[in-house]
Amino acid sequence: MKDIIEIRWHGRGGQGAKTAALLFAEAALSTGKYVQGFPEYGPERMGAPVQSFNRLSDKPITLHCGITNPDYVVVLDSTLIKTVNITAGLTDAGAIIINTEKSAAEIRKELNFQGRVFVINASKIAKECFGKAIPNTPMLGALVRVTNFLEIDGVLEDTKKKLEKKFSHKPEIIEGNIKSIKTAYEEVQGG
Amino acid sequence: MKRCKVDKKLGWKELPEGDILEAGTAKNFKTGDWRSSKPIYHPEKCIQCFICWINCPDSSILTKDGKIIGIDYEHCKGCGICARECPPKVTAITMEEERK
Amino acid sequence: MKTAKTGNEAMAEAMRQINPDVVAAYPITPATEIVMIFSQFVADGLVDTEYIAVESEHSAMSACIGASAAGGRVMTSTSSQGLALMYEMLYIAAGLRLPIVVAEVNRALSSPINIHGDHSDTMGARDSGWIQIFSENSQEAYDNMIQAVRIAEIAKLPVMVTTDGFIISHCLEVIDMISDSDVKKFVGEYKPERFLLDIKNPFTLGAIDLQDYYFEHKMQEAEAMKNSGKIILDVADDFKKNFGREYGFYEKYKLVDAEIAIVCMGSTAGTTKVVVDELRAKGVKAGLLKPRVFRPFPYKEIAEVLSHLKAVAVLDRSDTFSAYAGPVFTEITSALYTINYELLTMNYIYGLGGRDINTEDIKKVFDELTVISKTKKIENPINYIGVRE
Repeated sequence: MKDIIEIRWHGRGGQGAKTAALLFAEAALSTGKYVQGFPEYGPERMGAPVQSFNRLSDKPITLHCGITNPDYVVVLDSTLIKTVNITAGLTDAGAIIINTEKSAAEIRKELNFQGRVFVINASKIAKECFGKAIPNTPMLGALVRVTNFLEIDGVLEDTKKKLEKKFSHKPEIIEGNIKSIKTAYEEVQGG
Repeated sequence: MKRCKVDKKLGWKELPEGDILEAGTAKNFKTGDWRSSKPIYHPEKCIQCFICWINCPDSSILTKDGKIIGIDYEHCKGCGICARECPPKVTAITMEEERK
Repeated sequence: MKTAKTGNEAMAEAMRQINPDVVAAYPITPATEIVMIFSQFVADGLVDTEYIAVESEHSAMSACIGASAAGGRVMTSTSSQGLALMYEMLYIAAGLRLPIVVAEVNRALSSPINIHGDHSDTMGARDSGWIQIFSENSQEAYDNMIQAVRIAEIAKLPVMVTTDGFIISHCLEVIDMISDSDVKKFVGEYKPERFLLDIKNPFTLGAIDLQDYYFEHKMQEAEAMKNSGKIILDVADDFKKNFGREYGFYEKYKLVDAEIAIVCMGSTAGTTKVVVDELRAKGVKAGLLKPRVFRPFPYKEIAEVLSHLKAVAVLDRSDTFSAYAGPVFTEITSALYTINYELLTMNYIYGLGGRDINTEDIKKVFDELTVISKTKKIENPINYIGVRE
């Protein structure tokens, strides 16, 4: 394994790409890893393409430059395929995880990408689990499965703790999000 | 009249730090010799309204036991505010030319 | 305790643990979060602080000056144009010798409008009489804030602790937080010798000071800045004794046996460490000097620690627009000259307006240093990297 795993999240303003990166970082920390989670700040508007990033390592991370060659790319919105170069900097050794109804083979063809492609219908899972098509937490589950870097139980426990702080008045949101992570973890397909 | 004497200006090692000045040091500077006109207090006319005392910018209206008793000529610069502010029907303070 | 915090969260947490008497602030990106998080601490009753929401940064610093002169432990946070708007009051805080602590998030100055990280704002205030401490990451920002309170109060000088805008301020990282009670013990209680609310010992503060006294007071300020060096080191020593993490005027990274080295401050130092490691693995004797304290400028120590090198590149994340060089370069070369060291020294201005600097950029600098160290010739001492032609 590489010393540092780098992840790039693509989403649209409001889909929770930043939150997902931060949740992932905190979940990784709870398993004893060193982490970074940071968004790309531009002029932000609801719906505009946005990015956020993670670094994970077993050792302290001192790198403070941007991530241009990620190991994993997580795409929260499949319509971004048409507008953003989501494979930028990604080698064939890398992997893409995408929120879509389509199959991995279809996406691979669309992107003309030779590396690993994973698909999960995260919007549907989110809608079923907590009533809103916000795909960030299920994508977190899919990422945990694909990277195989963190223990899912630890991630679920830590995310629950984080959500309890924010949504103490809405326990159904917490349960729904946790369920969505679990479901996506189990249902993600491709390779 | 005695002038305040500053024997020696303090060097940076002795000065209090941070532009601090002790309170009440104006007392040491006898500014009375700046005067070109001089307030004269007429106690027989004074109604003890303390308007001059309130308005004097140099705290030069002397009081004792809660009553105005005269003027501190060591510090009074002769600005005339006290005479101006003394109620017109009272005129317990009048200005006259300083003779040095 | 290990926890994940952004630079802004780390500085706000330090402020909560320090529990200052007064915080007066006006929000500005990317420092906004620091006072936003802190105002939540105030609302939640986690601190005893009097929080003053003011109408501008000029007023923020003015209120801080008033509160500090009155005898309170006072802090605020700002960035960029906000620091620029405080400019007039920065000199007054320093001249009145008030130990105010500012969490400053380094950011570009307009124009063009840009909210991203570079050192232009802080460098603009470098001669205002404030102690300036730079942080590489969230951990250092947190630790520096805690030390700054004691440094300021002993030196009787204001301190700004800086992090790089967005790169650190908005980056979630793992930091080791000290317990509330240990921070409280470390910073102690603020007992000013003289303070305006001490009604039994009245005094005048900030009176006019003309040709006959101004110079003496400024001499005191210069002397205080000189003496603050030892205070900074003493506080760092005590910090290390209590919490284990080491701080000083600078951090030397594989510098002792290095032949070529980069000097840079803030987050770029972290990226440079990775490049130094890579070069070392290939047998290149590369090193890094990361100045932490820029004001006071420890010129003797820095000149000495660089003296054995064959070639040095100073990286500046701001420009002086002097048609000469960046501010760190001019300080370091003049320090070398003053101590009589001759050293091949290059300047690279980089990263303005948050322009990313990556390991490849830094490698290029080391490559050029390798060449210079052999040819002993510098054709262009002042360079810009990462800018499009």
